[in-house]
Amino acid sequence: MTKVRVYVTLKPSLLDSAGRTVAGALQKLGYEELEEARIGKLIELQVDPYSEARVKEMCDKLLANPVIEDYRVEVVA
Amino acid sequence: MKVAVIRFPGANCDQDALHALRDDAHIDAEYVWHEDHSLRGYDAALLPGGFTYGDYLRCGAMAAGAPILDEVARFAREGRPVIGVCNGFQILCEAGLLPGALMANAKQKFLCRDVHLQAVNRSSFWTRGVTKTLRMPIAHLEGRYVADPDTICRLEDEDRIAFRYVPGPGESPEDANPNGATHAIAGVLNEKGNVLGIMPHPERATRKILGSDDGLLILRALCAAKAAA
Repeated sequence: MTKVRVYVTLKPSLLDSAGRTVAGALQKLGYEELEEARIGKLIELQVDPYSEARVKEMCDKLLANPVIEDYRVEVVA
Repeated sequence: MKVAVIRFPGANCDQDALHALRDDAHIDAEYVWHEDHSLRGYDAALLPGGFTYGDYLRCGAMAAGAPILDEVARFAREGRPVIGVCNGFQILCEAGLLPGALMANAKQKFLCRDVHLQAVNRSSFWTRGVTKTLRMPIAHLEGRYVADPDTICRLEDEDRIAFRYVPGPGESPEDANPNGATHAIAGVLNEKGNVLGIMPHPERATRKILGSDDGLLILRALCAAKAAA
């Protein structure tokens, strides 16, 4: 069994309204050094057997929307 | 002429849509389950609003993989009328039947209020009858239309912006675009103009007692649809 982490993030050019709200809250808590916060998703998959191509397919077909998101796959163990 | 109102788990505007079509627009309509494989006998499809699959992952992402979407895609290809309202719009984008995506409202707030709309395209199946400013409700958290700049340019050039949010009486242009949509886009069309995605709810504006019956101007376009051969 292989554990795979998929990190899904919004494309840098797009406004992350949730991230902006969180950044505002952190600034109000006194973290003036904070310039930006962006929120993404971490999806953990367990597959057996592991195929890089098939995990990529899962990302392209469902886990990430290429119109607004980028993704990165990390094999954990 | 019969409209298929597609039922998905978690949708909550399917009954409104069926009622609005049948009783207010006087168009024959029936439910079709999302796991069905055929739209035989129907001439148009409506994907209603709601929260399919709890909006998990992304709004409409899971519903876009439903078996019936192959048939909706066939309708799109064949030039038959397809309309996706709110979550239905999100599903059509996720399924690749319309360009772009719907993201969280710029101000991270669920918006439930009336908006004003103007048809930008005036010649498509869905918009040719819409000459006046329409008023109808929105009810969404993820309605900010986005697409890459090239796609937005293409939509403009090809006259595929169906509706834009416009200021109502006494409203500023900033307030008129409730969710921060790119170029205040409220609805877009596919290349042929037979597939419409729209964030506001025409099916909730079909009688004066609801505050507006402007939604009929969109729904009644279906009266002009040809029956399937």
